[in-house]
Amino acid sequence: MPTDSLFRRVDAEGARTVEVTFDDQPLSVPAGLTVAAALLLGGVRQFRTSPVGGGPRAPYCMMGVCFECLVEIDGVPSRQSCLIEVADGMRIRSQQGARDLPFPQPEAVVMEVQP
Amino acid sequence: MNETVPNTADVIVVGGGLVGMAVAYGLAKAGTNTLVLDQGDDAFRASRGNFGLVWVQGKGFDRLEYSRWTRSSARAWAGLAEGLRQETDVDVRLTQPGGFHMCFSDNELAERQARLAGMQAALGDYPFEMLDGADLKARLPGIGPKVVGASYTPMDGHVNPLKLLRALHAGARHHGATVVGRMPVTGIESAPGEFTVVTPERRFTAPRIVLAAGLGNRVLAEHVGLHAPVAPNRGQVLVSERVRPFLKYPTINVRQTDEGSVQFGDSMEEVGFNDLTTTDVLAKIAQRGVSTFPFLADVRMVRAWGALRVMSPDGYPIYQQSESHPGAFVVTCHSGVTLAAAHATRIAPWIRGGERPEELAVFAGERFLTGEVFSHAH
Repeated sequence: MPTDSLFRRVDAEGARTVEVTFDDQPLSVPAGLTVAAALLLGGVRQFRTSPVGGGPRAPYCMMGVCFECLVEIDGVPSRQSCLIEVADGMRIRSQQGARDLPFPQPEAVVMEVQP
Repeated sequence: MNETVPNTADVIVVGGGLVGMAVAYGLAKAGTNTLVLDQGDDAFRASRGNFGLVWVQGKGFDRLEYSRWTRSSARAWAGLAEGLRQETDVDVRLTQPGGFHMCFSDNELAERQARLAGMQAALGDYPFEMLDGADLKARLPGIGPKVVGASYTPMDGHVNPLKLLRALHAGARHHGATVVGRMPVTGIESAPGEFTVVTPERRFTAPRIVLAAGLGNRVLAEHVGLHAPVAPNRGQVLVSERVRPFLKYPTINVRQTDEGSVQFGDSMEEVGFNDLTTTDVLAKIAQRGVSTFPFLADVRMVRAWGALRVMSPDGYPIYQQSESHPGAFVVTCHSGVTLAAAHATRIAPWIRGGERPEELAVFAGERFLTGEVFSHAH
């Protein structure tokens, strides 16, 4: 995870921070930010990979429209990180491809039909 | 307006949706000089709102010609998809693994069995299976307890309908067709051996015309002695975020697309030219989807839309050449995806002067002039 953030805060020097993790790496971020803003400030460049093409993705609109910023938060997949405020102890994970379902994958069944 | 668009063609197709483009693709591929006039993005476009099923089971139970027609299209579909892929590089993601029709009560299951058994008795080659709850759970492990059983036939499939529309446009152009957008047709003038299609900006002439204008056919048909009393029937669709593949089979109310999103929708409403969505119907669609696959309960919906089916009074298509204005054809149906292959491979040769496909004799629009009251069963 790069630490050379493309972003910096312009206000509130010395503001309260909260401790979160991103892909199990600890991150200390200013309280009051959205998860997306906090991760960008923390130097995260890739939030997820595209379910279709597998390409890297990161926040784009920062206002809840584009769905590029999806991450898993506290075990819940596909959260829009630009709409959720960071909280102490939050466990954030990048999302690889399409989200899983709480369901065992069906085994292939060979269909045979007698006409 | 592109000045290079010709004023004449061998055939003018009015309508650039799935129906018109499938016919135009078939015509152009056979060497016919084809011009498609498409209304524009203010049109009601069933082609961009549909569910993407290539569906056979149960269709036409009370009009077996429609069953045969549908089946012939499903059989021709692999060839259509492969041709489009070679000519346009667009993979429409056709799969035909067979489909499930879920039943939520014993009565529904019994009716389903009776319908399909009747069709099999009449048609002969019509494979299907009835599955009880345990059978179904073995096939689809995530199925919910409210589903008491299902019918399965190996005849059904699905595609990505947006890619299909794009591929048909690209394929028609590949074979030399001209497709013009923002060209709403307001009138048709007839002279012996020639039709003039009138738009606000230009006039186009051709010896043959095909009306494939969806809901617009109702008015346009009257210009050339045809009767096509189609009316809108609204369907609403919910689509989810992309999830890992869990369902390769299409079902009548839930399907997972090739790119992972899940579509839900089986509503039918007579609400006129209104393609908006309503919360109560979407809630029912979602409830039925979650009853089918309970593990989808926490999956997020990302979009919902309404679209208007093009429905005739009995629900069946209208295929006809005008007797009073020979050379003018109407082609209209509400299954533009399923029937795309038949439209490209069997309607197009008829337009070019060949025999009318034998199943289609019963689908003339005059059947609606008898005073009979119809109800459609789709």
